[in-house]
Amino acid sequence: MNLTLVTDRDTDQAVRAASPLAVRGMTVSYGQTPAIFSVDMTLRAGAMTAIVGPNGAGKSTLLKAALGVITPLAGSVTVFGGTMADMRDRIAYVPQRASVDWDFPVRVIDVVMMGMYRQLGLLGRVRGRHRALARDCLDRVGMADFAHRQIGQLSGGQQQRVFLARALAQEADIYVLDEPFAGVDAATEKAIVAVLQGLRDAGKTVLAVHHDLATVPDYFDDVVLLNTQVVAAGPVADTFTEDNLNAAYGGRLTTARADPESVAG
Amino acid sequence: MLADALLLQLGYNATLVAIGACLLGIASGVAGTFLFLRKRALVSDAISHATLPGVGLAFVIMVAMGGEGRSLLGLLLGAGVSAAIGLLCVQWLTRRTRLGEDAAIGAVLSVFFGFGVVMLTVIQTMNAGRQAGLESFLLGSTAGMLRGDAILLAASAAAVLALVLILRRPLALAAFDPGYAEATGWSLPRIDLAMMGIVLVVTVVGLKVVGLILIVALLIVPAVTARFWTERADHVVIIAGIVGGLSGFVGAAVSATAPALPTGPIVVLVGFGIFLFSLLFSPRRGVLASVLTHLRYQRRVHVRQGLLALAQGQPIYETLTQRLLTRAGLILPDGVPTAEGQAAASKALLDETRWAIVRGDQAYALAATRYDGLTPIETVLTPDQLIEIDTKISAPEVVA
Repeated sequence: MNLTLVTDRDTDQAVRAASPLAVRGMTVSYGQTPAIFSVDMTLRAGAMTAIVGPNGAGKSTLLKAALGVITPLAGSVTVFGGTMADMRDRIAYVPQRASVDWDFPVRVIDVVMMGMYRQLGLLGRVRGRHRALARDCLDRVGMADFAHRQIGQLSGGQQQRVFLARALAQEADIYVLDEPFAGVDAATEKAIVAVLQGLRDAGKTVLAVHHDLATVPDYFDDVVLLNTQVVAAGPVADTFTEDNLNAAYGGRLTTARADPESVAG
Repeated sequence: MLADALLLQLGYNATLVAIGACLLGIASGVAGTFLFLRKRALVSDAISHATLPGVGLAFVIMVAMGGEGRSLLGLLLGAGVSAAIGLLCVQWLTRRTRLGEDAAIGAVLSVFFGFGVVMLTVIQTMNAGRQAGLESFLLGSTAGMLRGDAILLAASAAAVLALVLILRRPLALAAFDPGYAEATGWSLPRIDLAMMGIVLVVTVVGLKVVGLILIVALLIVPAVTARFWTERADHVVIIAGIVGGLSGFVGAAVSATAPALPTGPIVVLVGFGIFLFSLLFSPRRGVLASVLTHLRYQRRVHVRQGLLALAQGQPIYETLTQRLLTRAGLILPDGVPTAEGQAAASKALLDETRWAIVRGDQAYALAATRYDGLTPIETVLTPDQLIEIDTKISAPEVVA
């Protein structure tokens, strides 16, 4: 009996060490109602994972708790088997576009430079290679011509690309994105997907909250179906099934799903 | 007289006051910028009002210890401690209770200020110490400013500038995108604490010059003014420092020209004057500029709509449209288009037809986002693309 328990723990230890980002028993509550409850999530290295679920399922909450932006009631996070504090620099983050004030006096290039603040520290001088990296990151998202615009002059899709460029400037191994395709134009969605798949092909790990069920099989390798608790998680082909979706969305599935034909399984 | 004052020719004390007020203006302008950008400007109001009980208590303690209770350093220390307690109360109420920050500020501000007024009233009836002049902390008083006071202001201003220089990255990051700041490992509570600490220092050393009621103006007005002139946070900081320093210097000089002009309020009024000028005349964000931009845009829309109506042979009802077209020589007063008007009208119609095709074609999705009803399509597409579009316009006719 004891032996099995120890072995289980050892196995999980190995699983967590191999995973870029592993969440165990995460519960976050606003007041007395849990937003997410006892969530386990293990990302596969070099894969694109979508967190999918109905409104209010706790998708953004799970991201923020995993990144340590909000303090969970219970649960732990490991990054490449280490603690978040030690491994923080290996994670890049793209917050929801609506979370910031776009009238803020800052230019596109300055926002991208913010991705290097961690590396620059308080007094590190901005050198030519930093500026070159910032320009390169803007170029990768197709925003090089907008470097000196004030961010308020950009469209929603362009703002989202700038946020992605800032995350690229972090030169991380894990990219965590909160609703990257919300309210962006089709051209931007295509551009962002291309950049993310490029990252995946370079061996990086991508985790995104996603709201469009129709595109999950096209864009992502793995999926986590969330509705306060994890309903199902794993490769899209096995996990993204009619039954699992019904379990996650309940009766709301027919309205939530744009294109039933594209559901795999 | 004013020229003498601005050139520091009005004697030793006036010169000290002008330099001191200028330094305070620079420090408060720079410190207040991050408060303004973080959208927490009103916290400074709570901090400043919370200094008053500290002044009173420090006086009582110093008298009880056998002094006269007039040591400026002692009084400011008291002010700093009670302001810090007030600030912690605001933070605690905001984080740990369901009260919003506005309610927390209102509660702390009024309670601390009320307690401070009670303290001062009680002190007036005390038989020990020299209490005269304590009320100058309310509105400031520069009449008796000493060399030591000016040195204190200079040292504080230098400290504030150095701290802002060191902390500029986390301060800007926390103001723009606090969630990202936390996710990339910066401690938001510590950044806020540093920002509030800087503001607290400025508030406390500014008490003697402008008083606790008006220091808020020196913290906020320069930043708000600077925002009219730039789209970059680092430039807002620098311009706010200049505006603050200029208000302090000019205000102190003006108040030195007549004995009845109080320094603090005049400094604030000078700052307000610069703000008013910026509000009206700033080239991009000013009131005048936005009215002109709106009118220009409205005219372009009317001309465009008028031309499209002409091209489709519809009557023009709006008098503004008629007037604009007549003035441009596109129609005659009786509404008949001129040759020029006819050319412009068919050009506008062609433009609209081409746009309609671009907007209906997925291949031009990016170009379609540039459509605003006014932009000529040839500024967005290449001549080759236009030729391709035009084949689609004539295509149905060929089939027919």
